[in-house]
Amino acid sequence: MGKEISAWEKVEIARNPKRKTSLDYINSIFDDFIELHGDRNFKDDKAIVCGLGKIGKQNFTIIAEQKGRTTKENIERNFGMPNPESYRKAIRFMKQAEKFNRPVITFIDTKGAYPGIGAEERGQGEAIAKSMFEMAKLKVPVISIVIGEGSSGGALAIGVANKVFMLENAIYSILSPEGYSSILWKDSSRFKEAAEKMKLTAKDLYSLKVIDKIIKEPIEMQEEDFAKVSDDIKKEIKKEISRMKKLSKDDVIEERYSKFRNIKELIEK
Amino acid sequence: MIVDKIKKREPGIKKIKSNIDIPIGQWIKCDNCKDILYKDDVRKNYNICPNCGHYFRMHIGKRLDLIVDEGTYKRFDLNLDTTNPLGLEDYPKKLKTLREKTDLEEAVACGTGKIKGEDVVICIMDSGFLMGSMGAVVGEKITYSIEQAIKLKLPLIIFAVSGGARMQEGIVSLMQMAKTTAALTKLDEAGLLYISVLTDPTYGGVTASFASLGDIILAEPGAMIGFAGPRVIEQTIGESLPEGFQTAEFLLDHGFIDKIVERKDMKETLYKLIQYHKGGEA
Repeated sequence: MGKEISAWEKVEIARNPKRKTSLDYINSIFDDFIELHGDRNFKDDKAIVCGLGKIGKQNFTIIAEQKGRTTKENIERNFGMPNPESYRKAIRFMKQAEKFNRPVITFIDTKGAYPGIGAEERGQGEAIAKSMFEMAKLKVPVISIVIGEGSSGGALAIGVANKVFMLENAIYSILSPEGYSSILWKDSSRFKEAAEKMKLTAKDLYSLKVIDKIIKEPIEMQEEDFAKVSDDIKKEIKKEISRMKKLSKDDVIEERYSKFRNIKELIEK
Repeated sequence: MIVDKIKKREPGIKKIKSNIDIPIGQWIKCDNCKDILYKDDVRKNYNICPNCGHYFRMHIGKRLDLIVDEGTYKRFDLNLDTTNPLGLEDYPKKLKTLREKTDLEEAVACGTGKIKGEDVVICIMDSGFLMGSMGAVVGEKITYSIEQAIKLKLPLIIFAVSGGARMQEGIVSLMQMAKTTAALTKLDEAGLLYISVLTDPTYGGVTASFASLGDIILAEPGAMIGFAGPRVIEQTIGESLPEGFQTAEFLLDHGFIDKIVERKDMKETLYKLIQYHKGGEA
């Protein structure tokens, strides 16, 4: 663990189709998990998985972006790119978490919200905005874990958390390096250079205070490594939840608010 | 992606390319009907093409003149400057040049003012400054304005125009979406009115944050509004987009905005809506 590798190499690791997905982590971290479906409005969009889970006696609401491994799985999951219904399903479960006083754990792993005609017709922008809005005011503790690719508003939509953890080789950014170089430099071939510039690694994001905790992982994950990484995440979840359970509901909201309020990077002249 | 598309549609006030020899100072070409127009005629017509009705984009100053009672606008005294979080070589230089060229400090102006005598907090974005993109300064100014609206117990009005989150500031820009959105939860709890006005173009991280969270969402006719840019969608799905896709009229049809309001009626409409939210008999 811990060998320095380039930002672009991390992008490749984060996107590797063999990389562990949200459901792998959910099944490994939680003692029990029951998936529940649908936004009660239009459909069950499968790019986001929602459900209830348990660690010991503690119940959780789980919201997770899910990529597939095989072509068939990827088609079913829309390559992990949520449509608006995914975010509306997430909102439904956030509200239930608050009603039944369960902390929320979200897993972030997406190339971004799906750019399609239907997605626009059904208000992709509104769905993302509303998801962040509902998340920001939740009275229960929220932890987000970036496990693979955290790209753009599609990732942040379920990332407005009290604490954000990130796997060492995951990435989190405003856009894909390819999109970034094509927009900023009008040259999509400069994606490797973009990756190095974008500060998308866990280390960079920790120093910018966008994330709060880096979870170590090896470059190539074997089964025993995976058990260890899952266990580390589980320990951090337990630690943070027991800390936040001592806070008042107002303080839980306030802690989350000030985390994002203080991302400034400005100079007051 | 988004930016490319938008640039193509930008009314070429400064970039007019024509074989006809016209003094650039006095004439502009309509982006839509290609008619050559006398600038004064356009100005007198709310910056709308007198020939075809196409809406030209508005600068902050003109928008203020149109919406806020004369002499009532007071800008918030915020002296903010961006850092260069990604350390890009040309970004600080680009900002400096833009400031000189546009006499705008950033892509949004924020302050208090009166609309037909009604006090409001108002934010107006400008596409002339890096396509109205949201970086740390824009995010901070919008958030500060929301907080001021709460403090002063005033309605909040935001005129959005934006290509989305500002690429040059990377993840810091992305986080402004969460910051502005979180601030709006507090405005909501305070029971205060927020009217979001969408103008051409409103895209990306701005659509996916404060612009879509108004109690009431208005839009100018024909404005292009969406999350993903048209080119990105075309590339993803491999087919061309239907006529009228992502226009204000399309959004109205799909239930995402409350009303399309013409420029000449905007001030009166805002005034009326503010009046409706001033308590009254239970």
